[in-house]
Amino acid sequence: MTDVMIELQELTKVYPGTTSPAVDHISLQVPRGEILVLVGPSGCGKTTTMKMINRLIEPTSGEIILDGENVTHMDPNQLRRRIGYVIQQIGLFPHLTIADNIATVPKLLGWDKDRIRARIDELLDTVGLDPDTYRDRYPKELSGGQRQRVGVARAMSADPDVMLMDEPFGAIDPITRTRLQNEFLRVQRDIQKTIVFVTHDIDEAIKMGDRIAILNEGSRIAQFATPEEILTAPANDFVSDFVGAGASLKRLNLSRVRDIAIRTDAPTATADEPAGAIRERLLGSDWTAVLRLDADGRPQRWLRAPDLRREDIDLSRAGLPAVAMVEPQATLSDALNEMLVGSAGVAIIVDGRGRYQGVVDIDTIITSIKRMVDENADYYRLAKLGDIDGRETVGA
Amino acid sequence: MGFLDYLSEPSNRSVLYEQAIEHVALTAAAVAIAIVVGMVLGIVAHRNAVLRPPIVNTTATLLTVPSLALFALLIPVVGIGFKPALIALAMYALLPIVRNTVSGLGSVDPAVTESARGMGLNARQRLLRIELPNAWPVILTGIRVATQLTVGIAAIAALVGGPGLGREIFRGIRSIGSPFALDSLLGGTLGIIVVAILFDLLYTGIGRLTTSRGIR
Repeated sequence: MTDVMIELQELTKVYPGTTSPAVDHISLQVPRGEILVLVGPSGCGKTTTMKMINRLIEPTSGEIILDGENVTHMDPNQLRRRIGYVIQQIGLFPHLTIADNIATVPKLLGWDKDRIRARIDELLDTVGLDPDTYRDRYPKELSGGQRQRVGVARAMSADPDVMLMDEPFGAIDPITRTRLQNEFLRVQRDIQKTIVFVTHDIDEAIKMGDRIAILNEGSRIAQFATPEEILTAPANDFVSDFVGAGASLKRLNLSRVRDIAIRTDAPTATADEPAGAIRERLLGSDWTAVLRLDADGRPQRWLRAPDLRREDIDLSRAGLPAVAMVEPQATLSDALNEMLVGSAGVAIIVDGRGRYQGVVDIDTIITSIKRMVDENADYYRLAKLGDIDGRETVGA
Repeated sequence: MGFLDYLSEPSNRSVLYEQAIEHVALTAAAVAIAIVVGMVLGIVAHRNAVLRPPIVNTTATLLTVPSLALFALLIPVVGIGFKPALIALAMYALLPIVRNTVSGLGSVDPAVTESARGMGLNARQRLLRIELPNAWPVILTGIRVATQLTVGIAAIAALVGGPGLGREIFRGIRSIGSPFALDSLLGGTLGIIVVAILFDLLYTGIGRLTTSRGIR
């Protein structure tokens, strides 16, 4: 038995003065701790569907069940304080500091000052912003990516079980977006919220979703399945058109760096080692460069043998800067992208604090791609022989 | 000779000082009424699209009534003195406050109000904690304009027996032809300018103190 956190029953929205419903009798369930992505072309009703869950849009008919409780008719403001809400434009309150922005809902709920202060610091830490630096800043003093981090922290402030995210990373540049997606997935592994996530980007849906609902006009569900199933067994032409070409390449978004073989045998050097000792280690390995880490264990420079010839060289400036760093929850697609951007043959794996974990090289990724293509071929061969039927397995 | 002698005469100075205090009090009272009424009307107009045109248009029309006529029209209703002056000035001060309240509230980023709604702030909490603080710099500008307007028009209040530096100006007008007429006119006028400058400095200070650093 799965523990259902959010259940929509025949939820419908007909706007006054229109005849065709914006959302037409949608029913779905989201198990506790999972991310459900609503994805579909613009105007399909995905945002309307999401906003009915916290009743920013009042449903015309149907029921909303939250953690076993029917909330269709409860006081909407009370309901919203239990549901985290993140929107694309973020909507931080410009006249309040970061701390006061995050404290909004806890204050409404009457938390005492010490508890609120501790919660603010904890959340800023969680989203990767140093509390001492950012607590008293104003939104206008932050970059777009930092603001979105605060937006997520604010939505989590009162520790809601449920979060609604409406294209949360949509207005952010691609590189920062990838980083924020990965960070959010890392946070989600710990906090295990039940999340409804709206996007129009199928790649983001595949990356973020435990389950995906592909919606057609009127919020009719074209397919409700895991990302894997959607890529390998699209339920109909609408889904395959929407997923688009290169489904096997998209599967690079399904595999995470942590799932493949990370190489930990790359030679590394600490910040206080002299050049001579480092050079010895490099020559004793079958690598062409040593990765020098700083005092906190964060990758700093790649040093090759010629860089280490003289003892008096400044090692913090020698060699090449360490680029192409990804976290373990990054997808293979992210890692490959970083490698291409950084024109290095390897991507460095770092943990949430930027400390060195290992490396993944391009050969490993190519092997993974090849395995996926083979699996795909097997799958379709079996499907043609009638051994499996993709549609029957959906949602099972 | 002339204006400097007029100013150095202690009795003239104390008259100007007394009238300046009256002028400040009259202006402050009229603007205070206009702030309360104007902000309430502005909030209603912001929330209710149907009432917005009548509210903004009515306050705009009030400002087109010649001040001399408005002061005189109020005499049969409330008599002469402080009262008609206060009422007329408060009516003139309404428009900038109403209009800036409406446009200030209207300029709050819709994403900000949506996220406030999504976080469970009710209508009153949204208005007091989010919308008004963000609209405040614009509203304060309206109050500042209203005050400058009132300081000037308040001079005419003396015509209906009202208080203020207008009394010294009218004394000058009445005694045109006498050697001291110009001194009185100048004294009253310069007094009004000084009052206006002091109010402006006050608003600069209030603006600094009451506007969040995040929206400055």
